[in-house]
Amino acid sequence: MKKKKSVGRFFSSGYLILVLLFIYLPILYVMVFSFNESRSMTAFTGFSFQWYENMVNNREMLESIKYTVIIAVVATVVSTVIGTVAAIGLSKARRLIRSIVLEVNNLPVLNPDIVTAISLMLLFLSMKIQRSIVTLTLAHITFCIPYVILSVLPKLRQLDDNVAEAAMDLGATPWKALTKVIIPQIYPAIFSGALIAFSMSFDDFVISFFTAGMDVQNISMYVYSMKRFNPSVNALSTVIVIAVTVILVLANLIPHLKDKKMNKEDPS
Amino acid sequence: MKSFVRMSYPYILWIAVFIVAPMIMILLYALTRTGNGTLTFQFTLENFSRFFSDPDFLRVLWTSLRIAFITTVFCILIGYPAALFIANLPEKRQTLMILLLTLPMWINMLLKTYAWRGILMNFDLESEAKVFIGMVYDFLPYMVIQIHTAISKLDRDLLVASYDLGANPWQSFLKVTLPLSVPGIISGITLVFHPAVSSFVIPKLLGGGNYVLIGNLIEKYFLVAGDWNFGSAISLIMALIIIASMYLTKKLDRNAGED
Repeated sequence: MKKKKSVGRFFSSGYLILVLLFIYLPILYVMVFSFNESRSMTAFTGFSFQWYENMVNNREMLESIKYTVIIAVVATVVSTVIGTVAAIGLSKARRLIRSIVLEVNNLPVLNPDIVTAISLMLLFLSMKIQRSIVTLTLAHITFCIPYVILSVLPKLRQLDDNVAEAAMDLGATPWKALTKVIIPQIYPAIFSGALIAFSMSFDDFVISFFTAGMDVQNISMYVYSMKRFNPSVNALSTVIVIAVTVILVLANLIPHLKDKKMNKEDPS
Repeated sequence: MKSFVRMSYPYILWIAVFIVAPMIMILLYALTRTGNGTLTFQFTLENFSRFFSDPDFLRVLWTSLRIAFITTVFCILIGYPAALFIANLPEKRQTLMILLLTLPMWINMLLKTYAWRGILMNFDLESEAKVFIGMVYDFLPYMVIQIHTAISKLDRDLLVASYDLGANPWQSFLKVTLPLSVPGIISGITLVFHPAVSSFVIPKLLGGGNYVLIGNLIEKYFLVAGDWNFGSAISLIMALIIIASMYLTKKLDRNAGED
Protein backbone atom coordinates (compact mmCIF):
# COMPACT_ATOMS: atom_id res chain seq x y z
CA MET A 1 0.00 0.00 0.00
CA LYS A 2 2.74 2.40 0.98
CA LYS A 3 4.69 1.65 -2.16
CA LYS A 4 1.61 2.22 -4.30
CA LYS A 5 1.09 5.61 -2.70
CA SER A 6 4.64 6.76 -3.37
CA VAL A 7 4.36 5.63 -6.99
CA GLY A 8 1.21 7.75 -7.29
CA ARG A 9 2.94 10.76 -5.75
CA PHE A 10 5.90 10.30 -8.08
CA PHE A 11 3.56 10.22 -11.06
CA SER A 12 1.56 13.27 -10.01
CA SER A 13 4.63 15.42 -9.29
CA GLY A 14 6.12 14.33 -12.61
CA TYR A 15 2.92 15.32 -14.37
CA LEU A 16 2.82 18.73 -12.69
CA ILE A 17 6.46 19.35 -13.58
CA LEU A 18 5.66 18.56 -17.22
CA VAL A 19 2.72 21.00 -17.21
CA LEU A 20 4.92 23.73 -15.70
CA LEU A 21 7.63 23.01 -18.27
CA PHE A 22 5.05 23.41 -21.05
CA ILE A 23 3.83 26.69 -19.58
CA TYR A 24 7.31 28.10 -19.04
CA LEU A 25 8.84 26.67 -22.24
CA PRO A 26 8.24 29.72 -24.49
CA ILE A 27 9.34 32.09 -21.73
CA LEU A 28 12.59 30.23 -21.10
CA TYR A 29 13.10 29.79 -24.83
CA VAL A 30 12.98 33.52 -25.61
CA MET A 31 15.16 34.27 -22.59
CA VAL A 32 17.86 31.92 -23.87
CA PHE A 33 17.63 33.09 -27.49
CA SER A 34 17.67 36.75 -26.48
CA PHE A 35 21.39 36.17 -25.81
CA ASN A 36 21.97 34.39 -29.11
CA GLU A 37 24.74 35.68 -31.31
CA SER A 38 22.90 35.03 -34.58
CA ARG A 39 19.39 35.73 -35.83
CA SER A 40 18.51 32.06 -35.62
CA MET A 41 15.63 30.89 -33.44
CA THR A 42 16.58 27.23 -33.85
CA ALA A 43 20.32 27.10 -33.12
CA PHE A 44 22.15 28.83 -30.29
CA THR A 45 25.44 29.84 -31.87
CA GLY A 46 27.04 31.90 -29.14
CA PHE A 47 26.47 34.42 -26.37
CA SER A 48 25.99 38.11 -27.08
CA PHE A 49 24.10 41.20 -25.93
CA GLN A 50 23.51 42.47 -29.46
CA TRP A 51 19.70 42.08 -29.39
CA TYR A 52 19.56 44.17 -26.23
CA GLU A 53 21.69 46.82 -27.97
CA ASN A 54 19.36 46.57 -30.97
CA MET A 55 16.36 47.03 -28.73
CA VAL A 56 17.80 50.13 -27.08
CA ASN A 57 18.57 51.59 -30.51
CA ASN A 58 15.27 50.62 -32.13
CA ARG A 59 13.24 53.83 -32.04
CA GLU A 60 9.99 52.24 -33.18
CA MET A 61 10.17 49.59 -30.45
CA LEU A 62 11.04 52.13 -27.75
CA GLU A 63 8.18 54.37 -28.87
CA SER A 64 5.78 51.43 -28.62
CA ILE A 65 7.00 50.69 -25.08
CA LYS A 66 6.59 54.35 -24.16
CA TYR A 67 3.05 54.50 -25.53
CA THR A 68 2.08 51.21 -23.89
CA VAL A 69 3.20 52.47 -20.49
CA ILE A 70 1.62 55.94 -20.86
CA ILE A 71 -1.71 54.52 -22.03
CA ALA A 72 -1.72 51.86 -19.32
CA VAL A 73 -1.00 54.44 -16.60
CA VAL A 74 -3.67 56.88 -17.84
CA ALA A 75 -6.25 54.10 -18.37
CA THR A 76 -5.51 52.64 -14.92
CA VAL A 77 -5.80 55.94 -13.06
CA VAL A 78 -8.96 57.09 -14.87
CA SER A 79 -10.70 53.70 -14.77
CA THR A 80 -9.81 53.16 -11.10
CA VAL A 81 -11.29 56.55 -10.16
CA ILE A 82 -14.45 56.23 -12.30
CA GLY A 83 -14.87 52.57 -11.37
CA THR A 84 -14.48 53.09 -7.63
CA VAL A 85 -16.80 56.11 -7.61
CA ALA A 86 -19.35 54.20 -9.69
CA ALA A 87 -19.11 51.13 -7.46
CA ILE A 88 -19.78 53.23 -4.34
CA GLY A 89 -22.78 54.81 -6.06
CA LEU A 90 -24.05 51.44 -7.28
CA SER A 91 -23.74 49.84 -3.85
CA LYS A 92 -26.31 52.36 -2.61
CA ALA A 93 -28.48 52.39 -5.75
CA ARG A 94 -31.79 50.59 -6.14
CA ARG A 95 -31.42 46.94 -6.91
CA LEU A 96 -33.00 47.18 -10.37
CA ILE A 97 -30.65 49.97 -11.48
CA ARG A 98 -27.68 48.14 -10.02
CA SER A 99 -28.46 44.92 -11.83
CA ILE A 100 -29.05 46.67 -15.18
CA VAL A 101 -25.78 48.59 -14.90
CA LEU A 102 -23.92 45.42 -13.90
CA GLU A 103 -25.35 43.53 -16.90
CA VAL A 104 -24.06 46.25 -19.23
CA ASN A 105 -20.82 46.42 -17.25
CA ASN A 106 -20.30 42.71 -17.92
CA LEU A 107 -20.61 43.08 -21.69
CA PRO A 108 -16.97 44.03 -22.35
CA VAL A 109 -15.86 41.23 -19.99
CA LEU A 110 -17.99 38.53 -21.63
CA ASN A 111 -17.93 39.74 -25.23
CA PRO A 112 -15.09 38.53 -27.41
CA ASP A 113 -12.47 41.29 -27.61
CA ILE A 114 -13.00 41.60 -31.32
CA VAL A 115 -16.68 42.47 -30.86
CA THR A 116 -15.87 45.17 -28.31
CA ALA A 117 -13.13 46.38 -30.65
CA ILE A 118 -15.25 46.76 -33.77
CA SER A 119 -18.16 48.24 -31.82
CA LEU A 120 -15.90 51.03 -30.57
CA MET A 121 -14.35 51.44 -34.01
CA LEU A 122 -17.83 51.84 -35.52
CA LEU A 123 -18.71 54.40 -32.85
CA PHE A 124 -15.66 56.53 -33.63
CA LEU A 125 -16.04 56.16 -37.40
CA SER A 126 -19.72 57.02 -37.48
CA MET A 127 -19.16 60.03 -35.23
CA LYS A 128 -16.42 61.07 -37.70
CA ILE A 129 -13.85 61.07 -34.90
CA GLN A 130 -10.36 60.50 -36.24
CA ARG A 131 -8.83 57.42 -34.59
CA SER A 132 -5.79 58.42 -32.55
CA ILE A 133 -4.09 57.94 -29.19
CA VAL A 134 -7.17 59.63 -27.68
CA THR A 135 -9.68 57.12 -29.05
CA LEU A 136 -7.30 54.32 -28.08
CA THR A 137 -7.11 55.58 -24.51
CA LEU A 138 -10.90 56.03 -24.32
CA ALA A 139 -11.29 52.42 -25.48
CA HIS A 140 -8.81 51.21 -22.85
CA ILE A 141 -10.62 53.09 -20.09
CA THR A 142 -13.88 51.56 -21.28
CA PHE A 143 -12.70 47.96 -21.04
CA CYS A 144 -10.76 48.55 -17.79
CA ILE A 145 -13.58 50.06 -15.69
CA PRO A 146 -15.64 46.83 -15.57
CA TYR A 147 -12.73 44.98 -13.90
CA VAL A 148 -12.37 47.72 -11.28
CA ILE A 149 -16.09 47.56 -10.52
CA LEU A 150 -16.07 43.76 -10.38
CA SER A 151 -13.23 43.95 -7.89
CA VAL A 152 -14.53 46.81 -5.71
CA LEU A 153 -18.30 46.28 -5.61
CA PRO A 154 -18.33 42.88 -3.81
CA LYS A 155 -16.08 44.35 -1.12
CA LEU A 156 -18.38 47.37 -0.69
CA ARG A 157 -21.38 45.15 -0.23
CA GLN A 158 -19.65 43.36 2.64
CA LEU A 159 -19.17 46.66 4.47
CA ASP A 160 -21.32 47.59 7.39
CA ASP A 161 -23.41 50.60 6.29
CA ASN A 162 -23.79 51.65 9.90
CA VAL A 163 -20.16 52.70 10.23
CA ALA A 164 -20.48 55.40 7.55
CA GLU A 165 -23.91 56.35 8.92
CA ALA A 166 -22.44 56.69 12.39
CA ALA A 167 -19.63 58.89 11.09
CA MET A 168 -22.17 61.20 9.48
CA ASP A 169 -24.36 61.22 12.59
CA LEU A 170 -21.29 62.34 14.50
CA GLY A 171 -20.95 65.29 12.14
CA ALA A 172 -18.75 64.00 9.32
CA THR A 173 -19.58 65.38 5.89
CA PRO A 174 -20.39 62.76 3.22
CA TRP A 175 -16.97 63.52 1.72
CA LYS A 176 -15.26 62.82 5.06
CA ALA A 177 -17.29 59.65 5.50
CA LEU A 178 -16.20 58.58 2.05
CA THR A 179 -12.50 59.32 2.38
CA LYS A 180 -12.04 58.46 6.05
CA VAL A 181 -14.42 55.55 6.46
CA ILE A 182 -15.42 53.86 3.21
CA ILE A 183 -12.29 54.13 1.04
CA PRO A 184 -9.82 52.92 3.71
CA GLN A 185 -11.93 49.79 4.14
CA ILE A 186 -12.02 48.93 0.44
CA TYR A 187 -8.46 49.99 -0.35
CA PRO A 188 -7.13 46.47 -1.06
CA ALA A 189 -9.96 45.83 -3.55
CA ILE A 190 -9.25 49.14 -5.30
CA PHE A 191 -5.58 48.19 -5.48
CA SER A 192 -6.24 44.78 -7.01
CA GLY A 193 -8.76 46.30 -9.44
CA ALA A 194 -6.11 48.80 -10.52
CA LEU A 195 -3.55 46.01 -10.95
CA ILE A 196 -5.93 44.04 -13.20
CA ALA A 197 -6.78 47.21 -15.16
CA PHE A 198 -3.09 47.96 -15.68
CA SER A 199 -2.32 44.49 -16.94
CA MET A 200 -5.41 44.42 -19.21
CA SER A 201 -4.35 47.70 -20.78
CA PHE A 202 -0.66 46.79 -20.96
CA ASP A 203 -1.32 43.46 -22.72
CA ASP A 204 -4.20 44.48 -24.95
CA PHE A 205 -3.87 43.90 -28.63
CA VAL A 206 -7.25 43.40 -30.31
CA ILE A 207 -9.07 46.48 -29.02
CA SER A 208 -6.02 48.70 -29.54
CA PHE A 209 -5.56 47.39 -33.07
CA PHE A 210 -9.06 48.50 -34.09
CA THR A 211 -9.29 51.80 -32.20
CA ALA A 212 -5.81 53.33 -32.60
CA GLY A 213 -4.83 55.80 -35.27
CA MET A 214 -1.69 55.81 -37.38
CA ASP A 215 -0.03 58.07 -34.80
CA VAL A 216 0.28 55.42 -32.12
CA GLN A 217 1.37 51.81 -31.70
CA ASN A 218 1.63 49.77 -28.52
CA ILE A 219 3.93 46.80 -27.94
CA SER A 220 1.39 44.24 -29.11
CA MET A 221 0.64 46.17 -32.29
CA TYR A 222 4.34 46.57 -32.96
CA VAL A 223 4.96 42.83 -32.61
CA TYR A 224 1.93 41.99 -34.74
CA SER A 225 2.89 44.32 -37.56
CA MET A 226 6.51 43.17 -37.82
CA LYS A 227 7.12 41.85 -41.32
CA ARG A 228 9.98 39.47 -40.54
CA PHE A 229 11.19 37.74 -37.44
CA ASN A 230 13.13 40.15 -35.27
CA PRO A 231 15.22 38.67 -32.40
CA SER A 232 15.11 42.00 -30.52
CA VAL A 233 11.60 40.95 -29.54
CA ASN A 234 13.24 38.18 -27.50
CA ALA A 235 15.17 40.81 -25.59
CA LEU A 236 12.01 42.85 -25.09
CA SER A 237 10.10 39.79 -23.85
CA THR A 238 12.87 38.95 -21.40
CA VAL A 239 12.79 42.47 -19.97
CA ILE A 240 8.99 42.35 -19.67
CA VAL A 241 8.99 38.91 -18.03
CA ILE A 242 11.47 40.12 -15.42
CA ALA A 243 9.50 43.34 -14.84
CA VAL A 244 6.19 41.47 -14.47
CA THR A 245 7.74 38.98 -12.05
CA VAL A 246 9.21 41.75 -9.91
CA ILE A 247 5.92 43.69 -9.88
CA LEU A 248 3.88 40.61 -8.95
CA VAL A 249 6.29 39.58 -6.21
CA LEU A 250 6.21 43.13 -4.81
CA ALA A 251 2.41 43.30 -5.05
CA ASN A 252 2.21 40.05 -3.09
CA LEU A 253 4.89 41.07 -0.61
CA ILE A 254 3.79 44.62 0.20
CA PRO A 255 0.67 43.61 2.15
CA HIS A 256 2.76 41.07 4.10
CA LEU A 257 5.46 43.62 4.87
CA LYS A 258 2.84 46.10 5.94
CA ASP A 259 1.29 43.52 8.27
CA LYS A 260 4.69 42.78 9.75
CA LYS A 261 5.42 46.45 10.24
CA MET A 262 2.07 46.98 11.91
CA ASN A 263 2.75 44.06 14.21
CA LYS A 264 6.06 45.58 15.14
CA GLU A 265 4.55 48.96 15.88
CA ASP A 266 1.69 47.49 17.80
CA PRO A 267 3.04 44.52 19.74
CA SER A 268 -0.31 43.88 21.38
CA MET B 1 -26.30 57.74 2.26
CA LYS B 2 -28.72 58.29 -0.62
CA SER B 3 -26.51 61.14 -1.83
CA PHE B 4 -23.87 58.52 -2.71
CA VAL B 5 -26.18 57.10 -5.39
CA ARG B 6 -25.38 60.09 -7.57
CA MET B 7 -21.78 58.88 -7.77
CA SER B 8 -22.87 56.23 -10.25
CA TYR B 9 -24.28 58.75 -12.76
CA PRO B 10 -21.01 59.55 -14.58
CA TYR B 11 -20.43 55.87 -15.19
CA ILE B 12 -24.00 55.31 -16.37
CA LEU B 13 -23.40 58.05 -18.93
CA TRP B 14 -20.07 56.45 -19.84
CA ILE B 15 -21.54 53.00 -20.51
CA ALA B 16 -24.39 54.54 -22.51
CA VAL B 17 -21.88 56.18 -24.84
CA PHE B 18 -19.07 53.61 -24.92
CA ILE B 19 -20.83 50.27 -24.42
CA VAL B 20 -24.52 50.50 -25.32
CA ALA B 21 -24.30 52.87 -28.31
CA PRO B 22 -21.42 50.89 -29.94
CA MET B 23 -23.36 47.63 -29.57
CA ILE B 24 -26.36 49.24 -31.27
CA MET B 25 -23.98 50.37 -34.03
CA ILE B 26 -22.99 46.76 -34.78
CA LEU B 27 -26.65 45.79 -34.96
CA LEU B 28 -27.49 48.74 -37.25
CA TYR B 29 -24.58 48.13 -39.59
CA ALA B 30 -25.27 44.39 -39.75
CA LEU B 31 -28.88 45.00 -40.71
CA THR B 32 -28.32 47.65 -43.36
CA ARG B 33 -26.76 47.98 -46.81
CA THR B 34 -23.40 49.56 -47.64
CA GLY B 35 -23.49 53.19 -48.67
CA ASN B 36 -26.54 54.20 -46.72
CA GLY B 37 -26.91 57.79 -45.63
CA THR B 38 -27.45 58.39 -41.94
CA LEU B 39 -31.13 59.06 -42.34
CA THR B 40 -31.97 56.97 -45.37
CA PHE B 41 -30.86 53.51 -44.35
CA GLN B 42 -32.92 50.51 -45.29
CA PHE B 43 -33.08 47.36 -43.27
CA THR B 44 -32.01 44.17 -44.97
CA LEU B 45 -30.94 40.64 -44.12
CA GLU B 46 -28.74 40.28 -47.16
CA ASN B 47 -25.48 40.44 -45.17
CA PHE B 48 -26.59 37.31 -43.36
CA SER B 49 -27.81 35.48 -46.46
CA ARG B 50 -24.50 36.35 -48.13
CA PHE B 51 -22.64 34.66 -45.28
CA PHE B 52 -24.75 31.53 -45.11
CA SER B 53 -24.95 30.98 -48.86
CA ASP B 54 -21.19 31.01 -49.41
CA PRO B 55 -19.47 27.66 -48.74
CA ASP B 56 -16.15 29.46 -48.14
CA PHE B 57 -17.57 31.45 -45.24
CA LEU B 58 -19.26 28.38 -43.82
CA ARG B 59 -15.98 26.50 -44.02
CA VAL B 60 -14.25 29.24 -42.02
CA LEU B 61 -17.02 29.11 -39.41
CA TRP B 62 -16.73 25.32 -39.22
CA THR B 63 -12.91 25.49 -38.87
CA SER B 64 -13.21 28.04 -36.05
CA LEU B 65 -15.74 25.96 -34.16
CA ARG B 66 -13.76 22.76 -34.71
CA ILE B 67 -10.40 24.12 -33.52
CA ALA B 68 -12.05 25.84 -30.54
CA PHE B 69 -13.75 22.56 -29.65
CA ILE B 70 -10.57 20.47 -29.95
CA THR B 71 -8.66 23.08 -27.93
CA THR B 72 -11.29 22.96 -25.18
CA VAL B 73 -11.27 19.15 -25.06
CA PHE B 74 -7.48 19.03 -24.78
CA CYS B 75 -7.46 21.75 -22.12
CA ILE B 76 -9.82 19.57 -20.08
CA LEU B 77 -7.81 16.38 -20.71
CA ILE B 78 -4.49 17.99 -19.76
CA GLY B 79 -5.89 20.40 -17.19
CA TYR B 80 -8.07 18.06 -15.14
CA PRO B 81 -5.31 15.77 -13.85
CA ALA B 82 -3.15 18.83 -13.18
CA ALA B 83 -5.93 20.48 -11.14
CA LEU B 84 -6.57 17.26 -9.25
CA PHE B 85 -2.89 16.70 -8.41
CA ILE B 86 -2.53 20.31 -7.28
CA ALA B 87 -5.56 19.96 -5.01
CA ASN B 88 -3.89 16.95 -3.35
CA LEU B 89 -0.73 18.89 -2.47
CA PRO B 90 -0.13 20.39 0.98
CA GLU B 91 -1.65 23.87 1.25
CA LYS B 92 1.55 25.89 0.92
CA ARG B 93 2.61 24.04 -2.21
CA GLN B 94 -0.87 24.50 -3.68
CA THR B 95 -0.54 28.27 -3.35
CA LEU B 96 2.90 28.11 -4.95
CA MET B 97 1.64 25.99 -7.87
CA ILE B 98 -1.30 28.33 -8.50
CA LEU B 99 1.07 31.30 -8.37
CA LEU B 100 3.41 29.60 -10.87
CA LEU B 101 0.45 28.86 -13.15
CA THR B 102 -0.95 32.39 -13.02
CA LEU B 103 2.35 34.24 -13.44
CA PRO B 104 2.61 33.70 -17.23
CA MET B 105 -0.99 34.89 -17.62
CA TRP B 106 0.25 38.39 -16.78
CA ILE B 107 2.65 38.35 -19.70
CA ASN B 108 1.62 39.81 -23.03
CA MET B 109 -0.05 37.13 -25.12
CA LEU B 110 1.42 38.48 -28.35
CA LEU B 111 4.92 38.00 -26.97
CA LYS B 112 4.17 34.44 -25.82
CA THR B 113 2.68 33.58 -29.19
CA TYR B 114 5.70 35.11 -30.88
CA ALA B 115 7.90 32.89 -28.73
CA TRP B 116 5.98 29.83 -29.91
CA ARG B 117 6.64 30.92 -33.46
CA GLY B 118 10.33 30.62 -32.68
CA ILE B 119 9.99 27.22 -31.03
CA LEU B 120 7.77 25.81 -33.77
CA MET B 121 10.34 26.80 -36.41
CA ASN B 122 12.18 23.69 -35.21
CA PHE B 123 9.35 21.43 -36.30
CA ASP B 124 7.71 20.78 -39.61
CA LEU B 125 4.06 20.96 -38.63
CA GLU B 126 0.86 21.81 -40.42
CA SER B 127 -0.66 25.25 -39.79
CA GLU B 128 -3.56 23.78 -37.88
CA ALA B 129 -1.26 21.84 -35.53
CA LYS B 130 0.70 25.01 -34.77
CA VAL B 131 -2.46 27.02 -34.11
CA PHE B 132 -3.73 24.20 -31.90
CA ILE B 133 -0.55 24.17 -29.79
CA GLY B 134 -0.66 27.95 -29.43
CA MET B 135 -4.28 27.89 -28.32
CA VAL B 136 -3.94 25.04 -25.82
CA TYR B 137 -0.92 26.85 -24.40
CA ASP B 138 -2.73 30.14 -24.07
CA PHE B 139 -5.93 28.80 -22.47
CA LEU B 140 -4.72 25.85 -20.35
CA PRO B 141 -4.04 27.88 -17.15
CA TYR B 142 -7.64 29.19 -17.13
CA MET B 143 -8.99 25.65 -17.27
CA VAL B 144 -6.65 24.34 -14.54
CA ILE B 145 -7.53 27.20 -12.19
CA GLN B 146 -11.29 26.85 -12.65
CA ILE B 147 -11.21 23.07 -12.06
CA HIS B 148 -8.83 23.44 -9.12
CA THR B 149 -11.17 25.97 -7.49
CA ALA B 150 -14.08 23.54 -7.83
CA ILE B 151 -12.10 20.57 -6.46
CA SER B 152 -10.66 22.47 -3.53
CA LYS B 153 -14.15 23.60 -2.48
CA LEU B 154 -15.21 19.98 -2.29
CA ASP B 155 -15.96 18.61 1.15
CA ARG B 156 -13.18 16.15 2.11
CA ASP B 157 -15.55 14.27 4.41
CA LEU B 158 -17.44 13.04 1.36
CA LEU B 159 -14.31 11.26 0.15
CA VAL B 160 -13.65 9.79 3.57
CA ALA B 161 -17.26 8.62 3.70
CA SER B 162 -16.95 6.95 0.31
CA TYR B 163 -13.81 5.11 1.50
CA ASP B 164 -15.61 4.05 4.68
CA LEU B 165 -18.38 2.64 2.54
CA GLY B 166 -15.83 0.51 0.71
CA ALA B 167 -15.14 2.45 -2.45
CA ASN B 168 -11.66 2.20 -3.93
CA PRO B 169 -9.89 5.45 -4.89
CA TRP B 170 -10.94 5.12 -8.52
CA GLN B 171 -14.61 4.58 -7.60
CA SER B 172 -14.70 7.51 -5.21
CA PHE B 173 -13.07 9.69 -7.87
CA LEU B 174 -15.73 8.71 -10.42
CA LYS B 175 -18.66 8.95 -8.01
CA VAL B 176 -17.63 11.89 -5.81
CA THR B 177 -14.83 14.11 -7.08
CA LEU B 178 -15.65 14.10 -10.79
CA PRO B 179 -19.39 14.92 -10.57
CA LEU B 180 -18.77 17.64 -7.97
CA SER B 181 -16.09 19.28 -10.11
CA VAL B 182 -18.33 19.63 -13.17
CA PRO B 183 -19.13 23.31 -12.39
CA GLY B 184 -15.38 24.01 -12.55
CA ILE B 185 -15.10 22.25 -15.91
CA ILE B 186 -18.04 24.27 -17.20
CA SER B 187 -16.65 27.64 -16.16
CA GLY B 188 -13.36 26.48 -17.67
CA ILE B 189 -15.15 25.74 -20.94
CA THR B 190 -16.60 29.27 -21.05
CA LEU B 191 -13.14 30.73 -20.45
CA VAL B 192 -11.53 28.59 -23.16
CA PHE B 193 -14.09 27.97 -25.91
CA HIS B 194 -15.31 31.54 -26.36
CA PRO B 195 -11.98 33.30 -26.73
CA ALA B 196 -10.79 30.38 -28.87
CA VAL B 197 -13.67 30.79 -31.34
CA SER B 198 -13.00 34.49 -31.74
CA SER B 199 -9.21 34.37 -31.64
CA PHE B 200 -7.41 35.95 -34.55
CA VAL B 201 -3.90 36.63 -33.31
CA ILE B 202 -2.85 33.00 -32.85
CA PRO B 203 -4.00 31.84 -36.32
CA LYS B 204 -2.34 34.87 -37.88
CA LEU B 205 1.03 34.53 -36.12
CA LEU B 206 1.28 30.72 -35.98
CA GLY B 207 -0.87 29.53 -38.87
CA GLY B 208 0.59 31.76 -41.53
CA GLY B 209 -1.54 33.75 -43.95
CA ASN B 210 -3.62 30.88 -45.28
CA TYR B 211 -5.15 29.68 -42.01
CA VAL B 212 -8.27 31.79 -41.63
CA LEU B 213 -10.62 31.74 -38.66
CA ILE B 214 -13.74 33.81 -38.18
CA GLY B 215 -11.83 36.50 -36.27
CA ASN B 216 -9.49 36.91 -39.25
CA LEU B 217 -12.53 37.23 -41.51
CA ILE B 218 -13.93 40.04 -39.35
CA GLU B 219 -10.57 41.79 -39.37
CA LYS B 220 -10.38 41.49 -43.16
CA TYR B 221 -13.83 42.99 -43.77
CA PHE B 222 -13.19 45.87 -41.39
CA LEU B 223 -9.60 46.81 -42.08
CA VAL B 224 -8.87 45.55 -45.59
CA ALA B 225 -12.14 45.43 -47.50
CA GLY B 226 -13.75 48.31 -45.58
CA ASP B 227 -17.14 46.58 -45.72
CA TRP B 228 -18.35 47.41 -42.22
CA ASN B 229 -21.87 46.15 -42.86
CA PHE B 230 -20.77 42.65 -43.75
CA GLY B 231 -18.07 42.69 -41.07
CA SER B 232 -20.68 43.64 -38.47
CA ALA B 233 -22.94 40.84 -39.66
CA ILE B 234 -20.13 38.28 -39.28
CA SER B 235 -19.34 39.45 -35.75
CA LEU B 236 -23.02 39.35 -34.87
CA ILE B 237 -23.21 35.75 -36.10
CA MET B 238 -20.16 34.90 -33.99
CA ALA B 239 -21.59 36.68 -30.94
CA LEU B 240 -24.87 34.77 -31.33
CA ILE B 241 -23.03 31.44 -31.52
CA ILE B 242 -21.15 32.33 -28.34
CA ILE B 243 -24.34 33.39 -26.56
CA ALA B 244 -26.00 30.13 -27.64
CA SER B 245 -23.09 28.07 -26.33
CA MET B 246 -23.12 30.02 -23.06
CA TYR B 247 -26.79 29.20 -22.70
CA LEU B 248 -26.09 25.54 -23.45
CA THR B 249 -23.26 25.26 -20.93
CA LYS B 250 -25.39 26.99 -18.30
CA LYS B 251 -28.13 24.46 -18.93
CA LEU B 252 -25.60 21.65 -18.72
CA ASP B 253 -24.45 23.06 -15.40
CA ARG B 254 -27.99 23.09 -14.03
CA ASN B 255 -28.63 19.51 -15.16
CA ALA B 256 -25.38 18.40 -13.57
CA GLY B 257 -26.46 20.10 -10.36
CA GLU B 258 -29.72 18.21 -10.32
CA ASP B 259 -28.15 14.77 -10.69
